[in-house]
Amino acid sequence: MNQRTTDEMEAIGIKKARRHVSQNEGLIFDKSVRGKRGMELPPLDVPSVDPANALGAEFVRDGIEGFPEVSEIEVIRHFTRLSTWNYAIDLGMYPLGSCTMKYNPRVNEFVARLEGLATEHPLQPDEVSQGCLRIIHDLQKCLLEITGMDAASLEPVAGAQGELTGLLLIRAYLESKGNPRKKVLIPDSAHGTNPASVVIANYEVQNIKSNERGQIDIAHFREFVTEDVAALMITNPSTLGVYEENIAEIAEILHSRGALLYMDGANMNALAGVTRPGDFGVDVMHLNLHKTFSTPHGGGGPGAGPVTVKKILEPFLPVPVVTQTNGKFALDYNRPQSIGRVRAYCGNFGVLLRALAYTLAYGPGIRQTTEDAVLNANYIRKHLEDLYELPYNLPSMHEVVFSDARQRKHGVNTMDIAKRLIDYGFHPYTTAFPLIVPGALMIEPTESESREECDLFIEAMRSIATEAETNPEIVKTAPHATRVGRLDEVAAARRPILRWKPKQNQNAQKQVATHGEKAHIIPTA
Amino acid sequence: MRYLPKSQSERREMLDAIGAKSIEKLFETIPAKYRLNELLNLPGPLSEMEIIDYFKARAAENSRGFTSFLGAGVYQHVKSVVTDALVQRGEFLTSYTPYQAEISQGTLQAIFEFQTLMAQLTGQEVANASMYDGSTALTEAVLMAERLTRRHRVLVANTVHPEYRQVLATYAKHLGIQIEEFGFTASGQADLNSLRDASLSEAAAIVVQSPNFFGVLENLAPFAERAHATGALLVDCITEPVSLGIVKPPEEADIVALEAQSFGVPPSYGGPFVGVIAAREKFVRQMPGRLAGEALDAEGRRGFCLTLATREQHIRREKATSNICTNEALYALVVTIHLCLLGKEGLRELAGQNLSKARFAQEQLKKIPGVTLPFSGATFNEFVVEFPRPVTQVNQKLAAEKIIGPLALEKYYSGMANRGLVCITETMSRTEIERFTAALRKILAN
Repeated sequence: MNQRTTDEMEAIGIKKARRHVSQNEGLIFDKSVRGKRGMELPPLDVPSVDPANALGAEFVRDGIEGFPEVSEIEVIRHFTRLSTWNYAIDLGMYPLGSCTMKYNPRVNEFVARLEGLATEHPLQPDEVSQGCLRIIHDLQKCLLEITGMDAASLEPVAGAQGELTGLLLIRAYLESKGNPRKKVLIPDSAHGTNPASVVIANYEVQNIKSNERGQIDIAHFREFVTEDVAALMITNPSTLGVYEENIAEIAEILHSRGALLYMDGANMNALAGVTRPGDFGVDVMHLNLHKTFSTPHGGGGPGAGPVTVKKILEPFLPVPVVTQTNGKFALDYNRPQSIGRVRAYCGNFGVLLRALAYTLAYGPGIRQTTEDAVLNANYIRKHLEDLYELPYNLPSMHEVVFSDARQRKHGVNTMDIAKRLIDYGFHPYTTAFPLIVPGALMIEPTESESREECDLFIEAMRSIATEAETNPEIVKTAPHATRVGRLDEVAAARRPILRWKPKQNQNAQKQVATHGEKAHIIPTA
Repeated sequence: MRYLPKSQSERREMLDAIGAKSIEKLFETIPAKYRLNELLNLPGPLSEMEIIDYFKARAAENSRGFTSFLGAGVYQHVKSVVTDALVQRGEFLTSYTPYQAEISQGTLQAIFEFQTLMAQLTGQEVANASMYDGSTALTEAVLMAERLTRRHRVLVANTVHPEYRQVLATYAKHLGIQIEEFGFTASGQADLNSLRDASLSEAAAIVVQSPNFFGVLENLAPFAERAHATGALLVDCITEPVSLGIVKPPEEADIVALEAQSFGVPPSYGGPFVGVIAAREKFVRQMPGRLAGEALDAEGRRGFCLTLATREQHIRREKATSNICTNEALYALVVTIHLCLLGKEGLRELAGQNLSKARFAQEQLKKIPGVTLPFSGATFNEFVVEFPRPVTQVNQKLAAEKIIGPLALEKYYSGMANRGLVCITETMSRTEIERFTAALRKILAN
């Protein structure tokens, strides 16, 4: 256990966090004792049936060996203790570039749980689903207004599924024109999901190099757009946080050769209310509702990845499509040119509902979120650009990308700086992405950060830059204040342990938690 | 605006610090002709109270007051308020994917526990955490089988959830995967004998579901035998995992695709749910989705981290096992907490109650003149009923009694106009079952 004290942390200049006691907790399986339970059912009000009689003995299983047996209070403590080992937006700034970790409004959680919404079955008749259908319809209208497009499908349940849906729409459209074509162009700054989605849509990925300004080189681009090219998949602003200044011209080149423009909307938080992709030539795009539209990331999901499209792609949208006739909403399955279904039912309705609650909260004021997000990113950039290298000195929008070039001279890399930020009470920024920046520090503050929080972050980053010169060891071995240090991920992958198993020769005695100490110290806000 | 933590003067000061005259200056890289000069035409802004009113009004336009007998992959089951109280802790709700393991140990350990619970339930060696839902889990399970066998044909029972098969068809269409569907027998079980050896010898997998879409349990062993004899894999799909409280787990299957919504996740008009892929350990490197594994730090302390990332898109890009990134982690946590509360005894009791109530309903329905149960196979909490007239007609009359009747199977199966799928879980009281059968008796008597 690390011996550094609170006083020492303060002396270093760590203002945001201080150590406190955090509880140890073993695996739930190790706490299990035969005969306990945490939930009781109302008594059965019909005759009890013997499973072996009802199903046949060959279908019946014994009790599940090692399945947890714990009481309610133990479940409460177990998961509450685990929760305290996490960082979260509710604790502070989460400057993950490209992830748009903004505030997740609590009212969204409240309305998602309402009786009459959370309780609805996706196969119930449309006549008793008018509320759900109207929510989908209303959100669709908002997303079309924000993106400047003509039609939408809210069925895709994640950004990557939106990408795939969009690519299948492009394929279906081009097929209807006689030739689906072979390739999709992707800039080297793209998210990993882009090429992975292209492969599932059975297109060949052709990577295109960004120019020295991190942008698509128009002259080169013209050469790339051959008869074989179905589309360009572009993120705008790019993963450098820079607006693709020739996007409209790029769209024109594609269109003149029968190809389409796909926009990855992961960075829509830089554009909402300020400009509309539909206006600058985008044919199809997806939005990440768990980024721009504030639905909680929940430790990895759920999300939703609606696609919005131009008129030409509308006939191919996934089934079902929500329609409105004379004030009545319905699900339309009769879409002969549809690409089919990408998910059962109507997608992640519970996420759509939260995104609508978010949009209604702002209304036209959504522009202010974009302005504040861009303001925060530029403010942070301004206060760090003297200490951290800016590999592409272009105007930043909602995020800023530095490199570790200067710190590397002292043997400190972006991952070290990121881990040291943890000691200062922050979640790290995105490391080592985009791939076109060696040693990238990708910082996206979002609009949810106050000036005070931005200042604390700036101070932390400046302090770490100093440490990298004066005491690189403390940065390279960070974090120092967490329950565990850096884990040996290589060893973990070599011999993966992916589940708990009952101990051999297990005796009836309760297992003691692995941690020897009663409690451990972590920083907190 | 209440979500934005800045005053106008702070904005001004920050702009001054940057050296920008106005906020517009920061958007000048966007060509002027594409910058909006007007505000968007959006409803709002709404206060918190107004937002609640809007959604309450929508809730009132739905099925409140109706009793529903729908299942078909989405089930009403008991829930504990404990689960919701825990998942609404901001440290779970508002955290990101746990790539930074040192400050994500809570999420990571919970994922590890989820993987263990899913493996225990399915009788498989490993399970991932997570896929979008059952339909995409099944699709990814098939793609996984294709990679493992390097074969491109899949034999899918048409007793697999029709919407799952539709999703599979969308993904498979352009990947050169041929899907051959096969039928069912009088028992309502997938018809093993209809499988042709010629197809099997080229098949990556046989795909069945148990309990299947008709609610009938499949006997997996002979399917596994047939598959393995020809080098194919057996993929089993599970849409109602509560069955695993008493039904033998699909140990014979090589890959299991499961929808875990039944464990504490609200129906929420179809999502978010939780898909899972469980499989034999030797297949893990072809598995899609995130996995948490045990790891040690330099001081030998145990922790957990995301592992085998070289399968994933952020490392492998176009060579990844899947394009999945965002998953359903928060609902995997819901499932984990729910199962810990239920525990070994609770799960068994829950499954037993479902079986008993469904059996009770079957007995009552059989007594109604003209109503039959066409399939002879063993069922869990869902089963097919046949009326002497179209189900949609009967359902219109049931609606007048505030009952959402059986799912009309003609939506998915031609020639089944008179058949419907009934689901009875532990949440359905005897009184409601009796109200349903009484209403039905009256409707069919006229």
